[in-house]
Amino acid sequence: MEITFQQLIFYGFAMLLLSSALMVILVKNSVKAVLFLILCFVATSGLWLMLQAEFLAIALVLVYVGAVMVLFLFVVMMLDINFSAARSGFTRVLPLALVVAVGFVIILSQISQHPSFALEAAAASESESVSNVRQLGRLLYTDYFYPFEIAAVILLVAMVAAISLTFRGKRNRKSQNIDKQVRVTKSERLKIIKIDKSKSQQVEES
Amino acid sequence: MPEWLSNVLWIALKIGFILLPLILAVAYTTYAERKIIGYMQLRVGPNRVGPKGWLQPIADVIKLMMKEIVLPRGASKTLFILGPILFMGPSFAAWAVIPFDAGLVLADINAGLIFLLAMTSIGVYGIIIAGWASNSKYAFLGAMRSASQVISYEIAMGFALVGVLMCANSMNLGDIVLKQSGSMLSWFFIPLFPLLVIFWISGVAETNRAPFDLPEGESEIVAGFHVEYAGMGFALFFLAEYANMILISVLTALMFLGGWLSPFQGIPYLEAGTQWIPGTFWLLLKASLSLFGLLWLRATFPRFRYDQIMRLGWKVFIPVTIVWIVLLTFWIKLQWWPFN
Repeated sequence: MEITFQQLIFYGFAMLLLSSALMVILVKNSVKAVLFLILCFVATSGLWLMLQAEFLAIALVLVYVGAVMVLFLFVVMMLDINFSAARSGFTRVLPLALVVAVGFVIILSQISQHPSFALEAAAASESESVSNVRQLGRLLYTDYFYPFEIAAVILLVAMVAAISLTFRGKRNRKSQNIDKQVRVTKSERLKIIKIDKSKSQQVEES
Repeated sequence: MPEWLSNVLWIALKIGFILLPLILAVAYTTYAERKIIGYMQLRVGPNRVGPKGWLQPIADVIKLMMKEIVLPRGASKTLFILGPILFMGPSFAAWAVIPFDAGLVLADINAGLIFLLAMTSIGVYGIIIAGWASNSKYAFLGAMRSASQVISYEIAMGFALVGVLMCANSMNLGDIVLKQSGSMLSWFFIPLFPLLVIFWISGVAETNRAPFDLPEGESEIVAGFHVEYAGMGFALFFLAEYANMILISVLTALMFLGGWLSPFQGIPYLEAGTQWIPGTFWLLLKASLSLFGLLWLRATFPRFRYDQIMRLGWKVFIPVTIVWIVLLTFWIKLQWWPFN
C-alpha cells in the first residue's frame, strides 16, 4: 500500500495524540500529566491544520495551550498531591469506569457513522478558497448569532461569579494609593527649618 | 526525488536562510546592547576581543559552548533539558509568518497575526517548566512571576493587535503592511498611537526585559527561572530572549511603521530617487529603531516593583486598549475614517 506524505503526517499526529492522551492518565506526576495534556492539544491542532481549519487550529493553541493550560499548570504546580492516596480507590471505581468508557465508545462510534463526519464531506467543504477566518466570522455573527452571544454572556456571568466568590470585601490593610502619591506637592513633604545659630551653639556647650 | 521530499528540503533551506541571519543578529544585538548601555553610562563597553571588540559575541558563544552542562540533583531530568528548548522553539517559529519584503515570506497564511500571538504565548512554557524542573525555590519563584506577567500583558498585547486588525481588515501580515501604503501619513502609528505604545511596552514585559525583568530580578531571586542553568542551557535562554526582542521590534515595524514600505513614498522626487533601496532595508531600519529604544529603556529605568507591574498591565493598559477599540469602531463605522 502506498502511503502519501499527508497520510504519514496524519498518522504521526494521530499517534502523538493517542499516546499523549494515554500518558495523561498513566503518568504518576500530576505536573507531567498536565504537560501531556498540552501535547494532546498541540497534536489536535496539528490534525485540524490538516483539515485546512487554520484559524481554529491556531485559536486552539492560543486559547487552550497559551492561556488556559498555563493557569492550570500554575495551580497544579502549587498543589502538594499525595499520589498513593489518590490511587487507593482504583479497584473500587474500576467497574463503574468501565461502564462509562464502553458507553462512551458506543456513542462515539454511532456519531462518527453520521454522513457529515465522512471523509468526503470534509474534502468537499475545503474546495472554496475563501479565507477560513472570514467564513467562520460570517457564520458566527449571522446564522449562529444567538448561541454565540448567549455563550459569551454565560462566560461573563461565570467570570463575575468567580470573582465574587473569591472577593472577601475590603479589609483594613495598608496599601498604596498611587493617585495620591502622584498628586503630592513639595509643600506637603518638605519643611524648611531655620536654625538659630547662637542657640545651637549653646546646646553644644552645655 | 519524490515531490514531498523536495518540498521539505526547499522549506528547510528557507528556514535556514531566516534562522542563520537571525542568530547572527542576536549575537550582535548583545554586543550592541553592551556598547550602547556602556556609552550611556559613560563606559566604553567590550573593546578587547578583535578590532573595537567586534569579536566579543563570538568569544561569548565559544565560552558558553565549552562550559559544562550541570544537571542539579533532584531536578526532573527530561523537563530540565526540555525547558530551554521549549522557550527557544516558539520564538524562532514565530518568524515563519514575518514578511521581509513584498511576497518574501516563508508561510503566507491568512491567520498570521493570531499565529504570532499563539507563538508568543506558548513560549512561557519553557520558563515555567525550567523553573519547576530545577527543583529550586529561586527558580520556581522566577517561573511563577514570569507566568503571571506574561499572561497579564498578553491580554493588552492582544487587544492592541485587535486595533491593527480593525484598521487593516486582515490578519495576514503582508496585507497589513500593504494597507499602510500611500505615504508615511497612512502608516498605522498615527491613528493607533496609544496602541503602538501599549504594544511596545507589553512587548518589553512579554520578553521579560528591564524594567520588567522581575522573573530574573538578580537582587531578589538571583537569576530567576534560569538560576540552575549553565553553559548551553543558559545560552539557549539568552538566545531566545534576544530573538524575542528582535521579533517584537520587527512586529512594531510591520504593524505600526509600515513594514518594508519606504518612508519616502508619495514624496515626488525622493520616492523615485530611493526606489533602488530594497524594502528589507527599510524594515530592518525601522526594527533597529525600535530595538534601540528597548536598549535605551533598559539603561534608563529602574526595575518595577511587582504590584506596580500588575497594576500597569491590568488597570492602565487593558482599559486604554478597550476604550481605543470602541473609539475605532465609531470612527470606522461612521466613515470619519481618513485612513482608508
